[in-house]
Amino acid sequence: QAWLNEKFAPELLESKPEIIECVVEQLDHMEANLKRAKRGDLKVSVHRMEIERIRYVLSSYLRCRLVKIEKFFPHVLEKEKSRAEGEPSILSPEEFAFAKEYMANTETYLKNVALKHMPPNLQKVSLLRSVPKPNLDSFVFLRVLERQENILVEPETDEQREYTIDLEEGSQHLIRYRTIAPLVASGAVQLI
Amino acid sequence: RGSSSRSEAKSGRTDLIFLIRFRHCCLLRNQRCVLAYLYDRLLRIRALRWEYGSVLPNTIQFHMSAEEVEWFNRYKKSLATYMRSVGGEEGLDLTQDIKPPKSLYIEVRCLRDYGEFEIDDGTTVLLKKNSQHFLPRWKCEQLIRQGVLEHILS
Repeated sequence: QAWLNEKFAPELLESKPEIIECVVEQLDHMEANLKRAKRGDLKVSVHRMEIERIRYVLSSYLRCRLVKIEKFFPHVLEKEKSRAEGEPSILSPEEFAFAKEYMANTETYLKNVALKHMPPNLQKVSLLRSVPKPNLDSFVFLRVLERQENILVEPETDEQREYTIDLEEGSQHLIRYRTIAPLVASGAVQLI
Repeated sequence: RGSSSRSEAKSGRTDLIFLIRFRHCCLLRNQRCVLAYLYDRLLRIRALRWEYGSVLPNTIQFHMSAEEVEWFNRYKKSLATYMRSVGGEEGLDLTQDIKPPKSLYIEVRCLRDYGEFEIDDGTTVLLKKNSQHFLPRWKCEQLIRQGVLEHILS
């Protein structure tokens, strides 16, 4: 579920270290079992296939996150810095370190190659303003897991007015990400 | 030149304000173009790490500036640290498993001489040019990307 949500969401979602740890442990466990098993045992093939599939999903999930971190790096770091105490983190500590290194690396590069050769009042550039933000208004497909009432939908055109909808369990919708973002975080809907 | 025109503005020559604003806009646009070009190159170099691996072919390195090579080295080090921190003891190589697995073993043809190649159960395979083998998928992925093996789709 986390994998699908991350894949289809336009912004970086909450980091889920418990899930990752759990999956990794499972993989190690299965690998260890396989090493002990007899050669030529049919179960070996099936288990190996399972390991491959799980490893693929995990890799794909982490890759997707890295791509988003690199794409939106100033915004991701800013969001993490301005996070309140109780709010969940969107970056794991390792991802945070990676993001900071990426930012420092890119900043240093741009400074040394271009900015320091420019006139004095142009030597600074705000990466936060220059790098595009994630488009929270993009449309996403979702399936409803828990019934929701009175979701406020913004008007699309000037003639429309804002209205509320109820989301029935099991129904599928195409809607702007921004409207249902908190529902993805709470697990009430599943992006597909 | 930007700062000298600012001091002219401060001295009260209001008729020059528009010229200064215009020139400043041009400078800003030039700055944006330069940075956009450099940043786009960085993004392509980043893609190379994911496609080719940690060692770039010489022909590509030839086209990179010294600072770009340095950026690449720092990027791949940062990525390696991150990959090591995920998953178990050795970490998880995220540049593997790019496509969902369809089958356990695949048919491959060797495109150039590689030498001996050991598989999990201890047997070794001699990879000579044009030889064909039926090998476990996960061992071949790296070699396929490097161009040593070719996946035969029948």
